[in-house]
Amino acid sequence: MRTSAQFDLALKGAAWLSIVVLTLIIVFVLYRSGPFLFAEPVHVLWTGAWAPTEGLFNMLPMLVGSLLVTMVAVLMAVPLGLVIAIFGHFYAPPVLRSMYLKLIELMAGIPSVVYGLWGLVVLVPVINAWIPPGASVLAAGIVLALMILPLITLVADDCFQGIPDAWRKAAHALSLTRWGGIRTLYLPASHARLFAGITLQTGRALGETMAVLMVCGNIVQVPKSLFEPARTLTANIALEMAYATGSHTQALFVSGLLLLLMALLLVWLASRIQRSGRGDSL
Amino acid sequence: MIHPRTTDRLATLLFWGIASLFLLLPGWILAEMVVTGWAHLDGQFLFSNPVDSGRQGGIAPILVSTLLILACCMLAVLPVGLGCALFLSEKVETDSRLARRTQQALDVLSGVPSIVYGLFGYVFFAQVLQLGFSILSGGLTLACMVLPLFIRLSEQALRSVPRSYRQAANALNLSEARFVRKVVLPCAANGIASAFIVGSGRALAETAVLIFTAGYVTRYPDTIMDSGRSLSVHIYDLAMNVPGGSAPAASTALVLIGLLIVINGLARRLAMGMPNGRPRLKRLLG
Repeated sequence: MRTSAQFDLALKGAAWLSIVVLTLIIVFVLYRSGPFLFAEPVHVLWTGAWAPTEGLFNMLPMLVGSLLVTMVAVLMAVPLGLVIAIFGHFYAPPVLRSMYLKLIELMAGIPSVVYGLWGLVVLVPVINAWIPPGASVLAAGIVLALMILPLITLVADDCFQGIPDAWRKAAHALSLTRWGGIRTLYLPASHARLFAGITLQTGRALGETMAVLMVCGNIVQVPKSLFEPARTLTANIALEMAYATGSHTQALFVSGLLLLLMALLLVWLASRIQRSGRGDSL
Repeated sequence: MIHPRTTDRLATLLFWGIASLFLLLPGWILAEMVVTGWAHLDGQFLFSNPVDSGRQGGIAPILVSTLLILACCMLAVLPVGLGCALFLSEKVETDSRLARRTQQALDVLSGVPSIVYGLFGYVFFAQVLQLGFSILSGGLTLACMVLPLFIRLSEQALRSVPRSYRQAANALNLSEARFVRKVVLPCAANGIASAFIVGSGRALAETAVLIFTAGYVTRYPDTIMDSGRSLSVHIYDLAMNVPGGSAPAASTALVLIGLLIVINGLARRLAMGMPNGRPRLKRLLG
């Protein structure tokens, strides 16, 4: 097609600009955490305590906090999300089905601060009445689970949408019951895509900041039970970045780098899982 | 052994029970916000200044700052993102290596936690470019966060323009710039607008990024170089740092949710006009 140099340049410029900006993100996080990683021995990241003003940078409690909260959230959200998607897809009458999709999309659209506020006003007092102090790993896990629940439901719903109609007819012809069909046919057929979706949402849970920050208690410690407060890596950055200076800032960038690496790992894992499932029947 | 039909009945019961319980949940969350915040949400709330760290008064300057941050963000996203999406859809073949690589890169970037974007914005916009804690640096940082999403959605919209249009334009010896302006963009306008609106929704809901790029100040901003507080940051601050702030926090949350519902409704209206509009909207949420 006939084209002009200016037009090509404009498009290429925009494309390059976005690529440059987006690479800059990774470069800057590396660049700002580099000095710390070279200047300090690596083991300061998991020995002593977290007292950046005194030169102690033990991130282990925060890492454990992040992983624990994410694990609680995923363990709660995955079965529930699956149940809701199965209900929406195979059980709900048509009227309810369109309503269910709207509700799930509404839930997915609620901002994380609002979930946090809800947790703070409703959930924390309830847990506090049961086992104090209330602001705990469990509270953060529940709030986070509610946040990724709609996303997992949407992923699962998308998978079920891809099931060919012929399969349903075949299942019917074999006089499989509805549950029998789901258990032996539909779920196994979509397991690779399901796992890929769940892995991506795990990444989202790991990177979530505000809701967790508001209900987690934010005490730097390795929690001994689900009812103890903890602090996550993301919350730590949000809390301390505004006043950090010097090696403290660099340490926060190191924790940012850690988050970035974990997110990359999960995205890579998800694409691997998805690819491994491509040979399957769906 | 239990008869399959019995297990099936049990499963049906279980699914109905659990699902109806959890589908009431968003209603509960919203109801809780209404109960806590409704009394505080009077006619003056939207049009007056916050008093006593926000316990009294309204959110007028915060609303202004929010809209300014959003404007900075989307004004940066639109030209860059649309240019990039046009480049991908016009110059790169659908299933080529380059297209797949960009797809992967965009996937990775939308998986990066928002707080990492915040770290980047703090160093790059606030310190290196010396914009300080300002509405501009907040908006630009948000723009980086929204960019991958916007590029992907508008690229999909642009690719949905039929190939035959291109051949027709070729036959008429249209220049590519003219073809894009007169044919591609009008055809994909709905999709691009819906990408724009979805991006705005994502930007409005974000908090973590703004705390250390746009700042905390509750005054009316004079210019975009002033620090300004967004609605989401206001909710966070009232809930966490202001004792007795949960009522105004809940009313602010109601305002924010109202804004987002309007935005979502718009996006859905626009997406309906496109083939496969719904599944696309679903994909981006998951």
